[in-house]
This record gives sequence, C-alpha cells and structure tokens, in this order.
Amino acid sequence: MFFRNHAAVAGLALLVFILLFAFLGPALKPGDPFEMVWSPFSPPGSDGFWLGTDYLGRDIVTLMMAGGQVSIAIGLAAAAMSVVIGVAVGAFAGYYGGLVEEALMRFTEFFQVLPTLLFSMVIVALFGASLLTVTAAIGVVSWTTVARVTRAEFLRIRELEFVTAARAGSARDLYLIFRVILPNALPPIIVQANLMVGSAILFEAALSFLGLSDPNVVSWGQVIGSNRPYVLDAGFAVAIPGLAIFFTVLAISLIGDGLNDALNPKLRQR
Amino acid sequence: MNRGDKLNRGRDAGDGGGDGGGNGSGSGNRSDGNGDRAAGHALRVENLKVHFRGARRSPFRRPAVVRAVDGVSFQVGAGKTFGLVGESGCGKTTTALALMRLAPLTAGRIRLGRRVISDLDGEALRAARRHFQMVFQDPYSSLDPRKRAADIVREPLDLMGIGAPAERRGRALELFAQVGLSAAQAALFPHQFSGGQRQRIGLARALATTPGLIVCDEPVSALDVAIQAQILNLLARLQRDLGLTYLFISHDLGVVQNICDDIAVMYLGRIVEQASRAQLFTRPLHPYTQALLAAVPRMHGARDGGSRRARPARLAGDPPSPINPPPGCHFAGRCPRAEAQCRRESPKLRSIAGGHLVACHLVD
Amino acid sequence: MNAESPLPESPSPESPSRPPSSLPESPSPSPPESPSPQPPPLLQVRDLVVEFATRHGRARVLDRVSLGVARGEILGLVGESGCGKSMTALAILGLVPGPAGRIAGGSIQLEGRELTGLGDEPLRRIRGKDIGMIFQEPMSSLNPVFTVGEQIAESVRLHENAGRKAAWARAVAMLKAVDIPEPAARARAYPHQLSGGMRQRVMIAIALACRPRVLIADEPTTALDTTVQAQIFDLLRELQRDTGAAIILITHDMGAVAELADRVAVMYAGRVVEQGGVAQVLSAPRHPYTRGLSACVPHLDTGPGGDGGGDGDGDGAGAGDGDGGDGDGDAGAGRRELVEIPGVVPSLFAMPRGCAFAPRCADAVAKCARERPAMRAIPAAAGHAAACWVTAG
Repeated sequence: MFFRNHAAVAGLALLVFILLFAFLGPALKPGDPFEMVWSPFSPPGSDGFWLGTDYLGRDIVTLMMAGGQVSIAIGLAAAAMSVVIGVAVGAFAGYYGGLVEEALMRFTEFFQVLPTLLFSMVIVALFGASLLTVTAAIGVVSWTTVARVTRAEFLRIRELEFVTAARAGSARDLYLIFRVILPNALPPIIVQANLMVGSAILFEAALSFLGLSDPNVVSWGQVIGSNRPYVLDAGFAVAIPGLAIFFTVLAISLIGDGLNDALNPKLRQR
Repeated sequence: MNRGDKLNRGRDAGDGGGDGGGNGSGSGNRSDGNGDRAAGHALRVENLKVHFRGARRSPFRRPAVVRAVDGVSFQVGAGKTFGLVGESGCGKTTTALALMRLAPLTAGRIRLGRRVISDLDGEALRAARRHFQMVFQDPYSSLDPRKRAADIVREPLDLMGIGAPAERRGRALELFAQVGLSAAQAALFPHQFSGGQRQRIGLARALATTPGLIVCDEPVSALDVAIQAQILNLLARLQRDLGLTYLFISHDLGVVQNICDDIAVMYLGRIVEQASRAQLFTRPLHPYTQALLAAVPRMHGARDGGSRRARPARLAGDPPSPINPPPGCHFAGRCPRAEAQCRRESPKLRSIAGGHLVACHLVD
Repeated sequence: MNAESPLPESPSPESPSRPPSSLPESPSPSPPESPSPQPPPLLQVRDLVVEFATRHGRARVLDRVSLGVARGEILGLVGESGCGKSMTALAILGLVPGPAGRIAGGSIQLEGRELTGLGDEPLRRIRGKDIGMIFQEPMSSLNPVFTVGEQIAESVRLHENAGRKAAWARAVAMLKAVDIPEPAARARAYPHQLSGGMRQRVMIAIALACRPRVLIADEPTTALDTTVQAQIFDLLRELQRDTGAAIILITHDMGAVAELADRVAVMYAGRVVEQGGVAQVLSAPRHPYTRGLSACVPHLDTGPGGDGGGDGDGDGAGAGDGDGGDGDGDAGAGRRELVEIPGVVPSLFAMPRGCAFAPRCADAVAKCARERPAMRAIPAAAGHAAACWVTAG
C-alpha cells in the first residue's frame, strides 16, 4: 500500500510542503516578486530577508513562491500532455501493429530526432512566449519516450492469454486497449510520467535560462537564468532555486514509486 | 495477434438475431434431468484453413505461407467431447482459435448448432460469442492480474450485456459454486489462487454466458498431476450437468483417452487419423498415431519384463515446420514405412471402417 | 515385477563410507527376483534440511530428506511442484539461493566426501566436473550469443586443463555422442537455430562433457513433444549405460519414472515419503500419497487385452460418480472417473505436526496427526521403504 512505503510518504510530505509554500505562502507574505526591495546580493538571513536578495535586489523568498507556482504548474501540465499524447500513440501502435504501427512509429521517430531544445525554441519564437506555448512546446517534444514505453508494453501484453480471453468474451478494441491492456501497462508509464514532470520543470528552467519563457511571470528557472552571470559572487541566488527544483523532482519521483507499488495488486495484499 | 474479424466472408449471415433464442439465459441450473441436448450444440467444421504470411526473406521473393491449418474437417455431436491431439506446431491450437473466431479464417465453414459462425462478423459475431467460449492453457497468464476473480468471471456478461448489472454478481457467485470455489474468494486477485483454482476461475468465466460449446486448449497441461484429476473430473461433471459440447485440445494422450469420445490426430495442419476412443487406442492405423502412442511413457512399462528396452523404433527427428511443407504426405519424411507414392501424392482422409478415418496410402 | 531388475552394468567394488542401511549384504549380481539390489551409493544424502528465512517466518523447504544413488543407477525423484524435488537438486549442487536459504542440517556425500559446508570455489569445481545438471527449459539455459560448440568447449576448458583445440574436438565428439546429425556443422550453430529437442541434446552434451559421475536431470523433457521426449529418454538410458554415470531424474511424471528409472523416491511437502525399486513402488505402492499420485493420472491404456480395454464401458459407469450422482451418466459414458487427492498441499508455514499428508489422507489415524512417521523398511521387499504409520511395516 502507498502509506506503507515510507519513502513515498516522505515524498508526499515534501511535495505538500513545497505546494503550501508556493501557493499559500504569498498569503502570509504578500509581495510583488518583481519589486526591488533591498540592495542586491544580500546573503540569506541578512536584514530580515531569509533567503537574501538577487542581483536586482528582489526578495528571493517572494521570487521562490511565485516561481514555484509557475514551475510546478508547467511541469505538471507538460507532463500530462506528453503522457496523453505518448500513451495514445504508443497504445494504438502497439495494439494494432502493421501499417498503423509503422506510421505511428515513424511519426514518433520524427519527433525523436528533432533537436528538442531547438524545436521548442522555434515554437516559442513563432507563437510568442506565454505560459501556454511554453507548456505546449515542452509537451510536444517530450512525449516520444512515453510512446515507446507504451508500445513496448502493449506488444508484450497483447500476446498474453487474458487478452485473448477478453476477445473471446467479445470485447471491443477500445475496451481491450483501455480497460485490459493499459492497466497492465501502467507501471512503466507511471515511472515515465514521473520523470516527465521533473524533466519538464528542468526544461522550462532551460528555456527561461535562455530567456525564452514568458517575461511576465517568474519561474525557478528564470531566477537561475537571470542570476547566472553572478554565480561566483552570489551563488546562493542560483543554488536556492536549483535546490527547489531538485527537491520537487525528488518528491514527485518518490511518490511515483509508491503509486506504482500501490497499483500493483500483487503488492497490495499484505 | 490476429484480428480475425476483419476478414470479410460471405456476409450472408442473417443469423444475428437468432442468438439468445431457445437457449435460455441467466441461470445455469437448468441441469436437472437431461438438459443434454438442450444446451449442447453440435459442431461441424468443414475444410478449415488458416494460412499466415511468413516473414519475407528478400524483397524479390514472395513471403512464405505458413499453412498452420490446412483443410481440417470434423463433427462433434452435441454433448460430446472431441479431442484434437498432436505435437507442437501441428495446428491444434490454431484450429481452436479459428473456431473461436480469434484467428483469421482463410477458408472453411464452421457451424455451431444452426448458426454458421464462420460467416458472422462485427456485432453479429460479438453477440454470437456467448454460445462458444474457451478455457485456456496457462492458468497464470489467462487471468487479468489487475482484476478481481468475480469481475473476471462476470466480464463476458458485462461485455455482452447479458442480464441486469445487479444480477451479474449473483450469477458470478453461482458460477463460483459450480466450479468448486467459495463466494468468499470472489474478491481476491488471481495471484492469490493456486494453479488449479485459477483454472476453475477460467472455467467459470467460460461458463458465464451459458455457452453450448467450450473449446478447451490444453486446460490441464500446466497443472500438477493431482490437480489435473480434479479439473478433468470437474469438466466431465459439468458436461454431464449442463450438456456441454467440448473441443478438447491436448498433447497428452492419457488425458485425451480419459475425457474424449472421439479423437482426431493432427500432423502439420492436417488430420491424419480420426476415430472413436475405442478404435483409436486399440487399433491405431496411421503410422504417426502408432509412433505417438508408442512414445508415451507407460506406467506399467516396468511390469512387463524387458519390454522397456525393446520398443518399436522411435520416430527420428522433429516435427517439420508448417512453412512450405513437403508435397505428398506431410509425415513421409519421418515415416518408417514411407514409399515413393507417399512423397508424391497427398493422401486423402478416407473412411476405413465404422467412422474410423485415416489419411495414409499404406492402410487398406 | 520380475526379470526387470534394474541392474547396473558393473557393481563397482569401491565402497565409500558405509553401506546403505537397508541392505547390508555386499552388492553382487543379485537374482532377478530381488527387485532392488543397492550397490553402494555414489551420492548419499542424509537427513538434509533446507530452510528459508521469509517475512512470514522460517520455512522448512526440505525436512530430513535422505536418498542415495549408486553408480550406473537412475533414481527417479517424483512429486508435485513445490514438494522440494528441485530444491534437493539445488542443495546437492550447492546452489541453495542465499542468503535467505541455507542448508540447516544433514549431509551430502559424494563418494564419501562431504559437500555441505564446502566453500564456493570447491563447489564450483564439483559442479560440472563431478555433478552435471540438465534443466527443464533448454532455451533459457543456453547462452543465445555463443554457438553451442563454444558453450560445450567452454565447459570443458573450465573444468579440465584442455587446450582450445582439444576442447573444441571434445565438443564435436559430445554432439556426436548425443546423436546430433552433422555434429561438426551443428557445433557452429546458435541455440535459436536448433529445435527444442536438439537444444536439450546440447544441454545433455554440456552436462556430460566433463564425464560427471552424477547427472541431475530436472524435468528434462517437460518442455518437449512426446516423440522427442521418447528420443531423449532413449538417449539418457544409452549414455548412462555407456558412461556408468548415476542419474537423478526429477519429474512429476510417474510414466517417465516407470520408463527410465531403476529406483524411485516420492517426495511430498519437503519430505521423502516412499522409496524403493521402481517396480515395487509402482505396482505395490505403500504410502497413500504414492497410491493417490499413481491413481489420479490418466494413464494411457492401449491394447485390447489390457485391463481397461482402451475404453472400459463397464467400469466407467460403475466407478464414475462420487459427485453429483444424479444418475444420468450417459454424457460421460465410458469415461473412467479419476481418483482425486482431496485438498491441497499444506503451506510451509503451517506444516502439520505429524505426517504432512495426514490432512488429505483417507487412511489417517489419530497417531498420524500427532507424530511424524519415519521411513520404515517394508518387510517383504528389500530396499522398499515408506514413511507411514498405517501402511508401512
């Protein structure tokens, strides 16, 4: 069960803490993240600024809260998008085989060989840097691994006798795909989805770092990117958002592990 | 995986409405008296062929054709058990899947009762599936590990919309009792059952829609010997109570002898001999059948003196592959008695005496 | 049960440790009537106990297992899955999966040399060199990326100081010995290019390449077709005659035992419950479990003269109920109802105090539930012993 997995519970606690910090924190400590409130590069703890100030003298606590909202939202949305696309493509390719599989897998390979960062930069450049386009750009370039994993699982599971048994029980294709095969294919997909959230957050950070994310909002990646030139003088301004990303990704992957176990009936009983 | 349904055949089915009629639905306890002929359906298979396209070796050559099943015909009386025996690759399982309309039919006609199931397609086929169900070989992979036992058993009812949703649970429990499981086990997952119990679940699932025909594909070969007896006795009892017709696939001649009324021996996609149990086991005619029987280890081999060491000659080699089989008799390559004619002409399955069929030039 | 005394070709005079308890007289070509003349065991297992530490406690997988196999003898080790027959083989090979599992007691002696407690390295040398092993699934026990010749040669080079060329020559010779046609060409084949029967022959060739004195065959034909199984049986018998190796044949198939073995040991729930000459045990089983095991299998019955007559209309109807009993037996006419052993094998964590089979046994008396029966020799039958309070002794 999920709650018997201590690591997963720790991950959940960590994620809840991060979410509370990002979404409820601003209520306790209101402030405009763009406002320059103090002298730049004040180290953490100085003058009442727990985490210090960045190169423009903005309060890093406020930045982290606002940035967390954006980073986490983009991470989840982009991961969800890539899982939906990837599972759909992989499931149909794996289930139907033949020409359908050929076509879908060539399509997948096309996206795989694109230089992901470059491609997403093009998307953002074409459609403008907004939260929506950044999320879409990340989702569009990162679904291919989900598709491959899903297809491989489908190829394996569709040969098992219980699938034939369901067909003998007059199951339709969609029932077989989504109610019979997919539940059994979930474990590796969940693991992938997890990794996806983390990598989407990092991807957004990379885009921000390159100055390609929505300039009207702040994200953890943006904080890292904008403070990058001063990393030798004020490492904390880069390290703090970096650690935030690290802990968020860690929390999500611990939860994913636990979910995977909880969904497995063999482990569910005692 | 073969999606057999896409093969469009005559489409003169017109039979779709016919299902459900007569055979009563719901309760399976219509067994008292002689429910025999009421539930069982006679099965008639004519010239069944299943050919697959093999791998393409080079772009300039045509891909080989795998003749998994190559012109198989037989009949099973209602309430009877028909055995299909043979070694791996002989096409017995493909025959079963084709009958179940789970493998694409290349040719042939399958008639169950008055329904021509080889002509059905799409929704008509889906609806007709309630009349023929299957029990699978592997009790471990034939049950969805993520579903509870009761949900597995009622799945065909849910899929075909048989009975009100509320009744289906009761029906599942009734089936549990019928196959010797307790209602308390209904909520368990497959991995919590032993192999024999899992096979009972698979049997309950097959019985759920009150089918007339059950295709049993090696239903006991993955089980321990002590459990085999339980399942075979259960199959026999259910047949007696419900008047089921069985097509029983097996490689184990002892099991086949125990449960089957009539038996066909397959070799490389064709039936080489077909006879009643008494005829086949006391007077096998085809050299392959004889060799097969001789190869079975005997319990009492040790009893009759030195006979263990003085056996009829073993068959050499392995069964050849069904890809481009040799012309003439498929068995000629391994047959100790093959003559020139055997390699030239393919022998027809012909009647020798009293329903004993054999495909061999040398038998008269 | 006459004339068919499983007599080894050469009752070797070397007599390690002590003679088997059941037969004090020294082995000599014995009269055909006495069914099981036991030459001194080559491999002797005594009171072997294997335990596994699990989350639910300690499981005793093997409980005081004793058996022996002599030179040139084939011992059938029969039982259902989980009865411990494969674990016995692994224990003999020193392959009990640790750290959870361990040999908790007893001894295993090969020609008087104690194998329990040996380190990994000496055990590794014994495996393959002195004790060969054939597994059930030949495909997964062969390495798919090497040719079969390389794999046999590798085994030779590992255990003997043979050069590359000599090892290859031996590989080809071994393939010839296991009746593989064109051995020199087939030595260059990869496992996937061979049929199942060929692969099992290759496995046998690997196992025999170093001329082991004991060959353990764990369900060697279960994955094979009937006609191929018969070929492998012939091969094993022939090789055993030529090399004089002792064979332990692990199987669930009484028919295979009848076909191949000289002696048989029946295992149930980690214990040996009956042991004796194959004719003795099959035609006059003493332990109720052995009886059930022989009776529940639908054995092939041919020949019009035999008891069932191949169809047995008569006895089918008579014996054929016990359930339902609603009288109209005509759907199953002619079918012989099989004897069932009721219930299931006890869990390793809830082993009965007395006889492990008692809860399923029709003959059980009060004592059976209380005390565990020891193996007792059957008075009139030399070498035949059973662990049963009721029917043995």
